[in-house]
Amino acid sequence: MNHFLLAAALALTAPAAMACETVVVGDLTVENAWSKATIGAGRPGVFYVVITNTGSTDDALLGIASPVAGMPMLHETVIQDGVASMPHAMSIPVPAGQSVQLSPGGYHGMLMGLTTALKEGDSFPVTLSFEKAGEVTVNVEVLSLRAEGPDCADAGQ
Amino acid sequence: MRLSHLQIILWVAAAAAAIAFAALRWSSATDGKAVAGPAFTPSFTLADSEGRVRTTAEFRGKFLLVFFGFTSCPDVCPTTLSEVAQIMDDLGSDAALVQPIFISIDPDRDRQLGLAEYTTAFHPSILGLAGSEADTRSAAASFKIFYGRETDSSAPDGYTMAHSPGLFLIDPNGEWLRQFGFGTPAAEILSDLQSRF
Ligand SMILES: [Cu+2]
Repeated sequence: MNHFLLAAALALTAPAAMACETVVVGDLTVENAWSKATIGAGRPGVFYVVITNTGSTDDALLGIASPVAGMPMLHETVIQDGVASMPHAMSIPVPAGQSVQLSPGGYHGMLMGLTTALKEGDSFPVTLSFEKAGEVTVNVEVLSLRAEGPDCADAGQ
Repeated sequence: MRLSHLQIILWVAAAAAAIAFAALRWSSATDGKAVAGPAFTPSFTLADSEGRVRTTAEFRGKFLLVFFGFTSCPDVCPTTLSEVAQIMDDLGSDAALVQPIFISIDPDRDRQLGLAEYTTAFHPSILGLAGSEADTRSAAASFKIFYGRETDSSAPDGYTMAHSPGLFLIDPNGEWLRQFGFGTPAAEILSDLQSRF
């Protein structure tokens, strides 16, 4: 219900700015949450975000959950000796004073078991679980299949 | 991803063999530089989304931009196909000189999921091919690239694919020109192409 209300509230704001919103939990700032449109629901979706740790204690992203995906997981695209694979990432370190990006060609949330196709302009919630900061839910903007990321002029990257 | 020790050993052995096979060309190609070496002519004989057999021979006269991937790949493949789409848009009237091709390394599943639907979502000019397992193997071998299936109990259908993520450029005579490593900006590929027309 919480997720639904959040989504409903955010759907009323300008869609282009949605991915540029910043959510703070403890020492962590979570922003630029976006995804790419999928072709149907039979193929996995993807989740990207930027997490900044402004505190003095290391933290780590342990997992993600979303009502749109039956099996969401953290992955890391690794290109080694000319071969790309994407092993499961048990956790993604968010060291003190640093920013970590889930972005194309690197760490990403893999949204398997989609309950619906993700359409450009839609949004959906993703709950991130951190080792120290706990849980926080962000609203994820679905950009076009060809998008390289949200266009946030003052994004903290 | 959970791999048994045996699977890991097999995987490493397979990767090592593939790397040894292509060592010279590959090591210099992966950092995106042009490769000087004996010319070779990659080839494929693979079905398109309508089941018609397509071969390299029919594309003589055009540059080919070839990518090996699979449609359940949400990170690497869309990134590269989006770049290809951008390049085709930016080529303008020269787009007729270039044929972009997506070769599925997961052909059975991709045929079921819908190949044309996937490639046209990026750009209508991209030709998707999904042949038999054996024909896909020989196509990959002729391009001197590697792909393999990885057991992954958490993935849809229990597996995912590992593959060479580069974009391969073939000249109008069918000869290998170069590889663009993953993440090469579309603008760089575009100007490389334009310098060859
Ligand atoms: Cu993944």
